[in-house]
Amino acid sequence: MSAKVVTISSGKGGVGKTTTTANLAVALAQENQKVVCIDGDIGLRNLDVILGLENRIVYDLVDIVEGRCRIKQAMIRDKRLPELFLIPSAQSRDKSAVSPSDMIRLCDELRDEVDWILVDSPAGIERGFRNALAPADLVLVVTNPEVSSVRDADRIIGLIESEEKGPAQLILNRVNPTLTKKGDMLSTEDVVDLLAIDLIGVIPEDESVIVSSNRGQPVTLSNHSKAGVAFRNIARRLLGEEVPFMSLETGNNLLNRLAKMMKIRGD
Amino acid sequence: MDSFLEKLFGKEKKSASAAKERLKFVLIHDRTDITPGQLDSLKNEIIDVISKYVKIEPNKVKINMTQEGKEQRLIADIPILTAPNRRR
Repeated sequence: MSAKVVTISSGKGGVGKTTTTANLAVALAQENQKVVCIDGDIGLRNLDVILGLENRIVYDLVDIVEGRCRIKQAMIRDKRLPELFLIPSAQSRDKSAVSPSDMIRLCDELRDEVDWILVDSPAGIERGFRNALAPADLVLVVTNPEVSSVRDADRIIGLIESEEKGPAQLILNRVNPTLTKKGDMLSTEDVVDLLAIDLIGVIPEDESVIVSSNRGQPVTLSNHSKAGVAFRNIARRLLGEEVPFMSLETGNNLLNRLAKMMKIRGD
Repeated sequence: MDSFLEKLFGKEKKSASAAKERLKFVLIHDRTDITPGQLDSLKNEIIDVISKYVKIEPNKVKINMTQEGKEQRLIADIPILTAPNRRR
């Protein structure tokens, strides 16, 4: 086994990095992959609550780095998916407790043990982001179809390229097809055109994402939501499968709309 | 026709296309790290240099930044004044 390290970043906060990390980890584990996700947001840890593993933390990332525990002792096994692990972040420390070379060393030690290492990057472009970027083989940039997050994504994409970690791939999150259709939300094509990077997934805005994070059960664990399907599609694309984009993910042109109308009538 | 109807009904441009246009502009300046003010002084200096060699009309000079995929480009349109004695 030699794991691939995938860093999930965005620049702007609140666009869905942590939710994306949690759901991709779940989706990959559902494909029988051995996955460890690392919360890179020291001082503002959240991946544990999104995954519903907050009650099981004993050791954290800083404990590993400072030698208070072995890596395996800090890895929390998810009971729902036995191939899924979390290395939580430290809550009472700050970003300077970990360095980029610490992250590289940690991931290198894990590489032979698992298939995937997902690193949830903190918002911003400072130390925490550099830490998350350092071990990456692939960077996924999460953005929403609105001006501020697209602008910040562009900045992050530039930094990823200057660190020679590119080309990054794009996840467009919280797409509202109704608003897009009305011309009141940037379309997938618009965002891809502006940012000029490859798209790996489009996640529809979906209330069940909120419901599931309330419960600490990532939406991808259940089979009944569009967002869950979209996350599973990304996981399959990461595994090299060619998965067509869901109908909401395709454009807003007349042909697509007609096709959709016919489908609705056909059903 | 579209614009005529839009004018007739006082219809505004859709907000998504406004967002895209604004972002295009912002991203070009973010990426090149040149502010609109700097672009203006760049334009003035280019006018000065070119005027040493040929006669141009300063207020018709256009300097714009464009983006095509990952490439940023500085495009200058500098109309040259034709000397009147040559036209005859």
